[in-house]
Amino acid sequence: MMRRIWVFAASCALSACSGVQNAAAGEGAESARFVDLFTFFLVICAIMYLLVMTALVVAVWRRRRAPLTVEDRSHHQTSALVTPALIAWIALVVVGLTALTVASFFTDRSNAADARKAAMTVKVTANQWWWDVEYSSSDPSKTLRTANEIHLPVGIAVRVLLRSNDVIHSFWVPSLAGKQDLIPGRTTDVQLLPRKIGLYRGQCAEFCGVQHTQMALDITVESKADFQGWYAAQLKPAQAPATPLELAGYRYVTTRECSSCHNISGTPAGGQVAPDLTHFASRRSIAAGTLPMAKGNLYGWIADPQSQKPGSHMPTVGLAPNELHAVVAYLERLK
Amino acid sequence: MMSASEKAKAPPTNVPRDGPKLTGARLDQMLTATWRTPPGFVGWLASVDHKEIGRRYIVTALVFLALAGALAIAIRLQLSRPDNDLIGAARYNEIFTMHGTTMMFLFAVPVMQGVQIYLTPLMIGTRAMAFPRLNAFSYWTYLAGGSLLWVAFVLNIGPDVGWFAYPPLSGPQYGIGKRADIWAQMVTFTEIAALAAAVSLVATILKQRAPGMTLARMPLFAWATLVTSLMVIFSMPSVALASGMLLSDRLVGTHFFNPVERGDALLWQHLFWFFGHPEVYIIFLPATGFISEIVATFSRRSIVLYPLVVLALVATGILAFGLWVHHMFTTGLPRVGYSFYTAASIAVSVPTGIQIFCWIATMWEGRPQLKVPMLYVIGFFFTFVIGGLTGVMIAAVPLDLQLHDTYFIVAHFHYVLIGGAVFPLLGAITYWFPKVTGRMMSEALGKVAFWMIFLGFQLAFFPMHIAGINGMPRRVYTYPAGLGLELPNLLSSIGSLVVATAVLLFIVNMVKSLLAGKAAGADPWNAPTLEWATHSPPKAYNFPHIPVVDSRTPMWDAGETLGVVHGLRVEDRELLLTSVVAAEPDVREPSGMPTVWPFITTIAVTVMFVCSIFSPWAVVFGAVPATIALIAWFWPKAPLPEPEPTIS
Repeated sequence: MMRRIWVFAASCALSACSGVQNAAAGEGAESARFVDLFTFFLVICAIMYLLVMTALVVAVWRRRRAPLTVEDRSHHQTSALVTPALIAWIALVVVGLTALTVASFFTDRSNAADARKAAMTVKVTANQWWWDVEYSSSDPSKTLRTANEIHLPVGIAVRVLLRSNDVIHSFWVPSLAGKQDLIPGRTTDVQLLPRKIGLYRGQCAEFCGVQHTQMALDITVESKADFQGWYAAQLKPAQAPATPLELAGYRYVTTRECSSCHNISGTPAGGQVAPDLTHFASRRSIAAGTLPMAKGNLYGWIADPQSQKPGSHMPTVGLAPNELHAVVAYLERLK
Repeated sequence: MMSASEKAKAPPTNVPRDGPKLTGARLDQMLTATWRTPPGFVGWLASVDHKEIGRRYIVTALVFLALAGALAIAIRLQLSRPDNDLIGAARYNEIFTMHGTTMMFLFAVPVMQGVQIYLTPLMIGTRAMAFPRLNAFSYWTYLAGGSLLWVAFVLNIGPDVGWFAYPPLSGPQYGIGKRADIWAQMVTFTEIAALAAAVSLVATILKQRAPGMTLARMPLFAWATLVTSLMVIFSMPSVALASGMLLSDRLVGTHFFNPVERGDALLWQHLFWFFGHPEVYIIFLPATGFISEIVATFSRRSIVLYPLVVLALVATGILAFGLWVHHMFTTGLPRVGYSFYTAASIAVSVPTGIQIFCWIATMWEGRPQLKVPMLYVIGFFFTFVIGGLTGVMIAAVPLDLQLHDTYFIVAHFHYVLIGGAVFPLLGAITYWFPKVTGRMMSEALGKVAFWMIFLGFQLAFFPMHIAGINGMPRRVYTYPAGLGLELPNLLSSIGSLVVATAVLLFIVNMVKSLLAGKAAGADPWNAPTLEWATHSPPKAYNFPHIPVVDSRTPMWDAGETLGVVHGLRVEDRELLLTSVVAAEPDVREPSGMPTVWPFITTIAVTVMFVCSIFSPWAVVFGAVPATIALIAWFWPKAPLPEPEPTIS
């Protein structure tokens, strides 16, 4: 634990501290092992580095005032010290590297063991440039679909099944675990075992096209009771519009462009190629982490997605001002 | 001694040959008439002189370095603060694609081959490369490929799929327009160029070494060149194949990489990294050759444990082909396989560790002198060893799963490639500048530039380790505030400006020294290898008489009394071939004359390749002019007028 704190402090020394998206935070089982192993590597490597640099500095320094000519054939002679030094050096390198390799293997096996403990499965499908998230259950009425956010109960091992609908992406929540690619035509998986309640951020780590940068997802680690509360709330159909303005927004969203791509459960909007909006307003961010969830940002995003996230597959529709007000009002209702 | 026996065996003939009766100014005049490049523009296009081709390679590669460096500055300006909007997403993706592609394909590999082409014949004591016209063809093809890429970039149809161009992103469905095709075809050009140069280098080193230069006496730079060139021959076909398959997916609808039609997106990664990992060593091993030469010269002694350095070079060259999967640890391949690649990747540091031991032991045993080339070598140690150790870290799967595709990796490979290859290259330029130009580079300016580059580099790249651990992925055009990325990025941006300024200073030093540097003489450093035995700059024919070697450091052991062989024709281009291992004189071999056909062939091939981006029929119709040019190039020449006496 002390070592973990030490590495985290070192990585923070050069920057404002933040554990939201940080491999040194070690707040999942796998990333905690990462911190321990990294510390071990760092210590061994630092010792090797100092050793080599000391030898170099001494080698340059010790005969600095000697004459510079090349006489007779002494430039081929080697002192008797070289062979034992070589043997010692190779022995040191081999022992050091073997220790590192063995440590790496054992950490890898511990990570693999997590996979067998998984009590829950989440399916994540990557798209250019957003994350489709599905909590499946043997009971279809308990199957839940959301986008760009994952809620996890603390202390429970979760297996995340990874697929891609288009190009190669990579799922990476550094504070919890290492990354794993999502490759079209294959299914891969990664284990998350969060150990601390908190808000984290993940980000696509494989270049996937023009908006690779704006492809983040929000992770919420919460108590088991909070998680179940969230899950139950998410299973409900979308909230009905409550004001005339919201009703106008509802009409627009369910009958015009929006519904051809987006799904809102309990309404006629049934598009399947863009993020599910059923409980859109309960999320922390808009457009896969592009903007924080806020009324002003929502206006900006709906009015002109292409200026907020150029290249995004969401077109700029060109809403009239009254339509824009209505759509934003309705979307804010979708808690 | 050798010269006497050679001469006795040569039958009397009236063909003029070099020897005691034909030496000095008259020999110089005749050899110059035979070996010089024809004057004028056509002559310039027709040149097959390895020194001119090597110089062109180096200068062109340095121009590409400057262009890609300018892009790096653009990248750093964009990333200097969070949520910056200096450069948009699409343009940024083009910029980092061009930066990586240019640095890897158009700078790093070609500049090393350029130096190898320039130095190898001089270092091993011969008059020309083995296949001088192929060598010329290599340069023109490289130039055509580089121009294609940069013209496309300027016309805003440059690639935007990363220097690795993973399908399906680069495939027909997601790689829109001709951007990915231009990338793939540029790869074809540069691979052909690199293969042509590598074949020439291998043949030159194995068959044209000066008599007495056995494999065990060959300079370590020549060993590094031999190993590197063999690696090029074995690795580049893999990426040429991959880029051909990608083009065919894009152009004629094959499905090599299309998972929907039972192709496999990962096949590309295997083929690409089977080339891509050895490529790192193709860049690094020549640099170890520079270091071996510079350390020996400035420590005033031969490299300690020479056989071990050679074995380390060969071992690295072989192991480099067993590591590629460590670029794919996050793709979900079986863990048992990963363990093998972890072990292999960590093991490759053993031969490098041995080389480092040998260099430090050489300095320990010698009397090191801190001239500018040596400063770069010391900078190399301080920097490269960090890169090597972070390389050991990311060879471990549990560490790589976090660090892969983050700025930690960006830091790692810049430490390895700039620290491990560019620092030695700058040292090598300073070291061999007097040989190439006849003038010394300024020591004072050189030292200022060194310290700025060295310290600026650390400032630019060390904070990237932190940025990576703090969760910054690669290839992002911006990052949000509040994740701990602001300060590391700002420091990196400042450091990059320091490095850019220092590189400009290095170039100013080169230009100034070229125009008004101190005259160098043949051997300004009192160096041990053969290239210092001839004029600076060397004459077109390299050596008036082919030297004879009886040690690893001929200039120190024989010096002024360096033996020579006589008996090569002076009115025709002729080389002395020697046996592969023992370098015993074997036969005399004619060498190719200057000709424009390699250049014309390149034009024909370029038209074919560029048009094939747009239509598969270009391959059919374009093959006709290319074939005509090749027939003209290889048109049989009349045999030499005299029967050939044999040398035994």
